[in-house]
Amino acid sequence: MTNQTEPVVVRWLLIGLALVFLGLFLIVPLIAVFSQAFRQGVDVFLQAVSDPNTLAAVKLTLLTAAISVPLNVVFGLAAAWAIAKFSFRGKNVLLTLIDLPFAVSPVISGLIFVLLFGSQGLFGPWLEAHNLKIIFAVPGIVLATTFVTFPFVARELIPVMEAQGKDEEEAALSLGANGWQTFFRITLPNVKWGLLYGVILCNARAMGEFGAVSVVSGHIRGQTNTLPLHVEILYNEYNFVAAFAVATLLAALALVTLVVKSVIEWKTERHEQAGEPQFHAMGEAS
Amino acid sequence: MNKRKRAKWILPGFGLTMGYTVIYLSLLVLIPLSVLFLKTSSMTWEQFIDTVLNRRVIASFQVSFLTSFFAACLNAVFGVLVAWVLARYQFPGKRVIDGIVDLPFALPTAVAGIALASIYAENGWIGQWFAVWGIKIAYTPLGIFVALTFIGLPFVVRTVQPVLQDWDRQVEEAAATLGATRWQTFTRVILPHLLPAVVTGFALAFARALGEYGSVVFISGNMPLKTEIVPLLIMTKLEQFDYTGATAIASVMLVASFVMLLVINYLQWKTNKLNAARSEG
Repeated sequence: MTNQTEPVVVRWLLIGLALVFLGLFLIVPLIAVFSQAFRQGVDVFLQAVSDPNTLAAVKLTLLTAAISVPLNVVFGLAAAWAIAKFSFRGKNVLLTLIDLPFAVSPVISGLIFVLLFGSQGLFGPWLEAHNLKIIFAVPGIVLATTFVTFPFVARELIPVMEAQGKDEEEAALSLGANGWQTFFRITLPNVKWGLLYGVILCNARAMGEFGAVSVVSGHIRGQTNTLPLHVEILYNEYNFVAAFAVATLLAALALVTLVVKSVIEWKTERHEQAGEPQFHAMGEAS
Repeated sequence: MNKRKRAKWILPGFGLTMGYTVIYLSLLVLIPLSVLFLKTSSMTWEQFIDTVLNRRVIASFQVSFLTSFFAACLNAVFGVLVAWVLARYQFPGKRVIDGIVDLPFALPTAVAGIALASIYAENGWIGQWFAVWGIKIAYTPLGIFVALTFIGLPFVVRTVQPVLQDWDRQVEEAAATLGATRWQTFTRVILPHLLPAVVTGFALAFARALGEYGSVVFISGNMPLKTEIVPLLIMTKLEQFDYTGATAIASVMLVASFVMLLVINYLQWKTNKLNAARSEG
């Protein structure tokens, strides 16, 4: 028995070492964001946060997420239904293709849309002739964000739906329900936690995306500036307090995301004995 | 046989969902990505080689690969440690710590970037202690390493943790009964079992670090040949309206990423197979 766990000293040494590592790399930066934001008092903080350009950035960030998240939810549900409920050739290829945006550098994710819709791009002359603007405008930001967050919902839903099997759906159909009824009354309630999990991850990334959006945005203040880009502009102007003040909004979003995520994990862990699958790590890990 | 085939297709909606998936995937991902290669192929071979083998470009690939590699190495070591501590020991605040490991996934990279730059700068909370020894972190390759460590931190933890939690501790008992010391049990019994998960986590962290932009630009100092990473160089070329140059570098980068993706998928497939075989046996 003595050899199956470490001596108390070793145990606490390991815990301490792990906590120091996490402290240096995760907790100190998080504290720094808030402490820098309030360095010159609450008034300066409030002033930075309520600045019209900040508010415009908040609005654009919310708008972008409000378009790209639902788009990827619909895709995620469709892809998960096709992949989890049916067997077909080339499934693994399709899964790898869905993962592609995770493997692409954010800067390249923005670049491809510049190559398509920019003034020198493939559709650039046509767009210009019709007086349409995608790059350095809101549509480009939405496109790049949707690309970057593309796999999140699908990646969470596919394993959950696979684990559910299709017995319940087949039972519903044989009892006379039609396809949509089966989907909304059986499948959707069964995967609700997985869906919510995917949505909050997708949303966090959509609101926080920096590299891809930076390429396509053009950084026009009050017009094509999302919150992360606004942070960058303020920081590069040496307006550090304001930059960190705006950053607290995004840090708060991250903390809310982590709490919701933990609650879902905790809830599904309890369901797990009943056969629900465990969620895998956020983002790319699986 | 016929009956089985019919039962397999009894659910409706395959055509609709599959069609939608393929169309959406093509429009949003495949066609835009292929434009990158289309644009690259419009260059002559000499042009392409000239761009890609430029001294500054090669230096940026070196910086990117080296810092990503070392960051992923550090994460592999500490990832196993953190996963071990979370899976095995009880301590106050464990739930919170477990949750906060995912912070790099949830925190926008720009926020991480300015936070790390401020604390690892020479007069920053942590940077000042290194400055005493004459070590500069921010605005050096070390700063890039710090940012990439932050970005890749959750990967190894989250691939190793479930393996440790599912691990059958009777094996350890057996090792102990046979006279192995705790350290021997860890290095000869537990670690080999964890290795596939560690390698997968390492590869994920490495791949993520290669493409990372937001958290690095603030802390790296962005000096050509010294602290310029590949995504930043692409960005610089774009700002100079050198679209061909940016695209050529991006296509090399993209091919590297695709190779990484295939390796990761292979590793995960192998890990799953190995675990399945083990749990059966």
